[in-house]
Amino acid sequence: MSTEIEIAGIVRRFGPHTVLNDVNLSVRPGELLALLGPSGSGKTTLLRLIAGLDQPDSGTISIDRADALEKKPKERGVGFVFQHYALFRHMTVFENIAFSLRIRKAAKPEVKARVEELLKLIQLETLAGRYPAQLSGGQRQRVALARALASQPRVLLLDEPFGALDAVVRRDLRRWLRQLHEEMNITTLFVTHDQEEAFDLADRVVIMNGGKICQEGTPIEIYRTPANAFVHEFLGESNILPAMVRDGVVHAEAGFLIGAATAPDGKVTAYIRPHHVLPQANPNGAWRILRIAATGAQARVSLGLEGLTIEAAMTADALLESGLTTNAPVDVSFSGGTVFDPDGTRPVRLLAARGAAAVSFPAPLHV
Amino acid sequence: MAVRRSLIAVAIAFMTLFLVLPLIIVFSEALSAGIGVYFNALIDPNVADAIYLTLVIAAVAVPANLVFGIMASWCIAKFDFVGRNVLITLIDLPFSISPVIAGLLEVLLFGLNGLFGGWLSDHNIQIIFALPGMVLATTFVTFPFVAREIIPLAQEQGNDEEEAAVTLGAGGLQIFFRVSLPKLRWGLFYGVLLCNARAMGEFGAVSVVSGKIFGQTDTLSLAVESLYESYEIQAAFAVASLLAGLALLTLVLKAGLEWRHRDEIHAVRRKRSA
Repeated sequence: MSTEIEIAGIVRRFGPHTVLNDVNLSVRPGELLALLGPSGSGKTTLLRLIAGLDQPDSGTISIDRADALEKKPKERGVGFVFQHYALFRHMTVFENIAFSLRIRKAAKPEVKARVEELLKLIQLETLAGRYPAQLSGGQRQRVALARALASQPRVLLLDEPFGALDAVVRRDLRRWLRQLHEEMNITTLFVTHDQEEAFDLADRVVIMNGGKICQEGTPIEIYRTPANAFVHEFLGESNILPAMVRDGVVHAEAGFLIGAATAPDGKVTAYIRPHHVLPQANPNGAWRILRIAATGAQARVSLGLEGLTIEAAMTADALLESGLTTNAPVDVSFSGGTVFDPDGTRPVRLLAARGAAAVSFPAPLHV
Repeated sequence: MAVRRSLIAVAIAFMTLFLVLPLIIVFSEALSAGIGVYFNALIDPNVADAIYLTLVIAAVAVPANLVFGIMASWCIAKFDFVGRNVLITLIDLPFSISPVIAGLLEVLLFGLNGLFGGWLSDHNIQIIFALPGMVLATTFVTFPFVAREIIPLAQEQGNDEEEAAVTLGAGGLQIFFRVSLPKLRWGLFYGVLLCNARAMGEFGAVSVVSGKIFGQTDTLSLAVESLYESYEIQAAFAVASLLAGLALLTLVLKAGLEWRHRDEIHAVRRKRSA
């Protein structure tokens, strides 16, 4: 049976700073959940509170419906993998992994069997006698994980598990961790500031900013329907265009049609991903291509209109087919996006305006 | 190449002149009248008492400073408090103050006319010109050795491993004995070795508080002086050879342990520099 975690009304202050401000979160049994946010958003603090390394100023945390805050860290059944691993430098790999078993006074043959099992799991059987300093970053990371798993925790917490590793190792370890999670099915929370990592690995992603949860959902939900402008920007590059809604039609303040949205009339800000920007060659087009950069499979096109610059992204193949060249005049249309109120709230999906591509350059709106 | 060779030659010449030659002289003088006379000098009751006294002083001063050092490094590395920097500076005081002054201060505090002298003599407690004073003086002078060695180590290592131990189910004492103490053990070891060597060889402070009652409040280093002054040159060197031997033994111990645990030391150092 997998474990669930219920977090309600958690507040944590450090002096004058409120690091966590009324955080509520349910972690479902057996899920792999990512806490995603910029540094200082409070995600690591939340992890530490669950582990019992820190105490909240108010709020409750229950693990499997039992109050966790009443319990000492060792009674919570939580395994923790630290950002910089925090391996015991004076102990060998074997002794590091065996630590929690020795603390619990497990019998020697039992310790040996369990550690060997874990060494096999992390594929480091041959390095049992090494010291942490003699291992590579990826190996240390795996030892830290094995150490956290040794006493069979109900919950696994990982703080920036791949933060200190290079790109290739990071990708391999990510896959390996995903696989491991599928085999063991331990309820797992990990903290990251890398949205790609969170989306790639997690069943569900919780986005935090300024000590609050902005949004939670599956990667696809969050990406398609960001709850506010912060989430949209945090999840990847955005073209940000001040705009006006009039009768369900969204016009940029710079004077071009963006698309349709069922938002009330008034000022909005349109957030559009580069791949939703569609330039089309047109000798009478008002836009100019400022720059084209092809990086392998992807191509990026910078488009200019009277001092305004937006970015488009497409596959390198699509770029070739389109015949776009630097300085060429083009039309620009938009296949998707989100409009927010100017304060970044109340998202409404932006739809491509019918026949928008045909509209070359309507008279500038004076707003 | 020539520069390198001449630099090495200068270094070796310097070492020979200042370190090796004196050692050789100590031992050759000590044995100049033959091995029998050498051992006779050592089994002289007054010298035997000095050996005993030296061992007693070291046996109290070294463990005391070990405990103080650990506590001080614990406070300084783990907590941020008002006066932390003052404490760090104060730990160095015995290094910067002349041992003779340290001894004098003690006389001023505990001597018959000292601050606590009246109270102490009323209660029949003698500190100055007796063992307690010598232990106190030695402890004071050797205080920085352990603390200085492990404070930077503890500061640099931070608190991560202790937190990891908490999440792995360890209690306070288990963390201390299985994590905090072992990860400092090489620093502790060097600190204790140096502290011990200095405690046994301390002269200035002990000289002031001992009153130099030959056969009663003489340590090894004081015995060397009193023997030398009473023209028992050969006996003085025999006792000196014990102290020199202690220094050599300290070095051998250190080198031997470093060699035996070279993997671990190397690993820990590499991690430190990384």
